[in-house]
Amino acid sequence: MTALLLRDLRLAVRAGGGFGLGLAFFLIVIVLVPFGVGPGAQTLTLIAPGILWVAALLAALLSLDRIFALDWEDGALALIATSPLPLEGVALVKAVAHWITTGLPLTLAAPVLGFLLNLAPPAYPWLLATLALGTPALSMIGTFGAALTVGLRRGGLLMSLLVLPLYVPTLIYGAEAVRRGAEGQGAGTPLMLMGGITFGALALLPFATAAALRVNLR
Amino acid sequence: MSIWEYANPKKFIATTTPLIPWAFGLAGAAIVGALIWGFFFTPDDYRQGSTVKIIYLHVPSAMMAINAWVMMLVASLIWLIRRHHVSALAARAAAPVGITMTLMALVTGAIWGQPMWGTFWAWDPRLTSFLILFLFYLGYVALWEAIEDPDTAADLTSVLCIVGSVFAVLSRYAVLFWNQGLHQGASLSLDAEENVADVFYFPLLLSIAGFVLLFIALVLYRTQTEIRVRRMRALLARSRRAGTREARA
Repeated sequence: MTALLLRDLRLAVRAGGGFGLGLAFFLIVIVLVPFGVGPGAQTLTLIAPGILWVAALLAALLSLDRIFALDWEDGALALIATSPLPLEGVALVKAVAHWITTGLPLTLAAPVLGFLLNLAPPAYPWLLATLALGTPALSMIGTFGAALTVGLRRGGLLMSLLVLPLYVPTLIYGAEAVRRGAEGQGAGTPLMLMGGITFGALALLPFATAAALRVNLR
Repeated sequence: MSIWEYANPKKFIATTTPLIPWAFGLAGAAIVGALIWGFFFTPDDYRQGSTVKIIYLHVPSAMMAINAWVMMLVASLIWLIRRHHVSALAARAAAPVGITMTLMALVTGAIWGQPMWGTFWAWDPRLTSFLILFLFYLGYVALWEAIEDPDTAADLTSVLCIVGSVFAVLSRYAVLFWNQGLHQGASLSLDAEENVADVFYFPLLLSIAGFVLLFIALVLYRTQTEIRVRRMRALLARSRRAGTREARA
């Protein structure tokens, strides 16, 4: 498992593209928002939690089709599938690798971009906490979507259609926790509910992902 | 005699063919009857006026939108566990019907909402859940359409249906958490203290019965079509193979 994880990370860093692209996309979306809604500080403070979460979600979506596509094209996926590691484990490792290359940098960059959107000061720890806890769910759900569409030639758009509705609960709890944090209310409840979704997804979705991969590799 | 005998496509078609006209006929009679009864022979509501009458379309279509998904979930499970092709095709056949029901519930709700709530759309939990359900249906149908190999498509859509069901339920509760509602409580339930008044209740029941029958008729009919499409493809493929063999000889 570690070997596969390290291989994926090395590929992501050396092949370029996927690693920085998500971050750059995140930055650009955040920069575009004030142009769209106007530079009023109060408006920005109001919408900052939601915009940060939606932008992080879209940035995570952007790199999903790379999870399996390259391995599928050069046949590495079939080799990995015949290795002693069960496919469920492969699915989990792929999700973790995606999180380390996408979710983690997004989480670390989000507070900086929060300044751009004039996010309320008490919300910063909540923003970090929700993204750190929520982006693994995004990666795991996305890995499932990528596994469903890996055999298709132009699966990217279809995958967005499949994955985005599945992101709804995570987004709701994440943005809600940050919003409550910004207003100084207790944000523990949505944070815990989101944690439930994340751990539930990490526990159950590898099985669905592996089932989808098996069908596609048949 | 077991229910699995109907998993044989030939037997399925033979059994359902005589049922379909009856189901369509009874559905039509029940819906038309309920609408005439509801529109002309029930009084206006004292607060909502005559707009209350859209309930005869709104409530049954909303119920069937959810029931269609549940039916697809059961059919997907049967396909994954017992590999009966008719089951997978029935799930595929039900999806567009479910989409139509979801859209119908959303549209009739919007038409009712404009005079009553003063808005076509509000981000109310029930409305939002239905919109999300609509997106789930779209993704499901799109996945069916995108994959060429029928067995692969059936497997992948079944997995998506199961995962989607879990997330649809999660979304329902997340949305409840997210916003307070404008929508009234359930109009019908077996244990509630307050249901709608009897004058509205009986035509509504008739209308629901009509929608259930309509759903059954449409799904049976569309499943038969899917089976015939599958058969035709197999025949075409066979004749093409025979053609190449002749050309070689």
